[in-house]
Amino acid sequence: MTRSIGVRALVLSLVILAIFLAAWHVAVSGGGGGGQAVDPEYARLVGAAAATGGQTPMPGPIDVGKAIWKHMSDPFYVRGTNDMGIGIQLAYSLARVLLGFGIAVAVAVPLGFLIGMSPLVYRALDPFIQVMKPISPLAWMPLALYTIKDSALSSIFVIFICSLWPMLINTAFGVASVRKDWLNVARTLEVGPVRKAFTVILPAAAPTILTGMRISVGIAWLVIVAAEMLVGGTGIGYFVWNQWNNLSLTDIITAILLIGLVGMVLDQILARLTRLVTYPE
Amino acid sequence: MARSYISIEGIARRFPAPEGGRTTIFEDLWFAMERGEFVCVIGHSGCGKTTVLNILAGLDEPSEGAVIIDGKAIEGPSLDRAVIFQSHGLLPWRTVLGNVSYAVSSKWRDWPKAKVEDHARKAIATVGLTGAEMKKPAQLSGGMKQRVGIARALSIEPKIMLMDEPFSALDALTRGTLQDEVRGICRNTGQTVFMITHDVDEAIYLADKIVLMTNGPDARIAEIVTNPLPADRSRNEVHKHPAYYPLRNHIIDFLVARSRSFAEELAQPGKVWNRRAPPIVTPGTPDTPPPLVRAV
Repeated sequence: MTRSIGVRALVLSLVILAIFLAAWHVAVSGGGGGGQAVDPEYARLVGAAAATGGQTPMPGPIDVGKAIWKHMSDPFYVRGTNDMGIGIQLAYSLARVLLGFGIAVAVAVPLGFLIGMSPLVYRALDPFIQVMKPISPLAWMPLALYTIKDSALSSIFVIFICSLWPMLINTAFGVASVRKDWLNVARTLEVGPVRKAFTVILPAAAPTILTGMRISVGIAWLVIVAAEMLVGGTGIGYFVWNQWNNLSLTDIITAILLIGLVGMVLDQILARLTRLVTYPE
Repeated sequence: MARSYISIEGIARRFPAPEGGRTTIFEDLWFAMERGEFVCVIGHSGCGKTTVLNILAGLDEPSEGAVIIDGKAIEGPSLDRAVIFQSHGLLPWRTVLGNVSYAVSSKWRDWPKAKVEDHARKAIATVGLTGAEMKKPAQLSGGMKQRVGIARALSIEPKIMLMDEPFSALDALTRGTLQDEVRGICRNTGQTVFMITHDVDEAIYLADKIVLMTNGPDARIAEIVTNPLPADRSRNEVHKHPAYYPLRNHIIDFLVARSRSFAEELAQPGKVWNRRAPPIVTPGTPDTPPPLVRAV
């Protein structure tokens, strides 16, 4: 009997996961055998990690599993500026992303509408967009820090600037490529410009606009980690960097997994929204 | 002379040509239509039929000349003139009812929602789509989509209906049924219709007047054929009428040969043709003047 492809894919995924975890376990436990003799006095001074030759052992899947369990069982504690639960750190990052992304939506969609509706503005702004688009958002960071003089706001600005371009370009493209027939329908019905924008152009361009948003939110989530490593203070990016300074690899791996999961959820939300506004022709 | 209901007066349309200069699609085109007339325009692709329709709709502007409807020159699109698009032009994110309601609420902006929907449902019922109100265009067949387009046009109770090859994308059976329905609706409501087609039988069955356009560029209205068939003709009987074959042959002759060689025909000695009043012919009737006569 053949099962559905979904079930078979799930089984295969689990098998791959099991092989990966097993390989990881074997690789980590095999290498860590030969400890050298260290002066016990020195070991007491610098701690166990340094005592085994300056090498922090690469954690195995079981160590990471324990760390994940530890973080998940108490994600929202605050015990000082450098000791907050991973949930708090993620919430900080998410809040920055949503804020920067939200401002970018508020700017990109109306501006994209304008660009898309006027071939003149489209051509006039195109060179600027083409130059601005490939700039790494982190390159804006020093300028942002200098002008805004606030690290938290600067990271939001960086998110804003990196979310802006995909949405702007997609909105302009979506608006500019609304089918002539649909615009003619609105014209023959003497529909005014505002009503036309909301009843014809917006629904027609919505799938393209939402696709732009999906790209933007993905980029924003990539960038926030790097931005927070730079500005420090709070956030999942700062957490990763802090744990690197603590040489706590289990915490870093935990954070990496969570970053991936949150990114996936953000992407799925936008994918759902895109499906809601997509119309079959 | 009293002016006709629709009067196309010396319109021209030129486009900038790719290699500089300008391409003239047509120029100095004159044509008139009366209230309640069903007019079909026949001609090959590229003769500017659709451009004429778009100018009538107000979607395009003539480079020269004007179109006067009911004593007023056309300035842009109007709810008095409904367009039925070749590609149906339905908004795919709206239901059938939503598409028709959109037109109704555009015409009567202060109507409450219930009244708008009620009116839209009536128009949908007229084209026989009751039961499909909540379907999206993608769920409909080609014929049903075109029906919705017709319902949308009818719902705003236009003074003139403009149809751009409305049935050309449909299979023969569906086309026949829709032609019957459109003919019925237009006869019952006394609609004035301007329709583009390249189907000779469609023109013969539907039209009171058939406008023959020559090939572009610089297309002309070569002749206006008045339909000699009785007004209460039926699809099954139409080919038995003695005037049917002379009429059909005349039009096919035109499409096959004369539409291409009309310039040579004009150059013949004795041939006189007036742009402002293209000859009106009625094939199959004895009083049809021979094609080569008269002065301007």
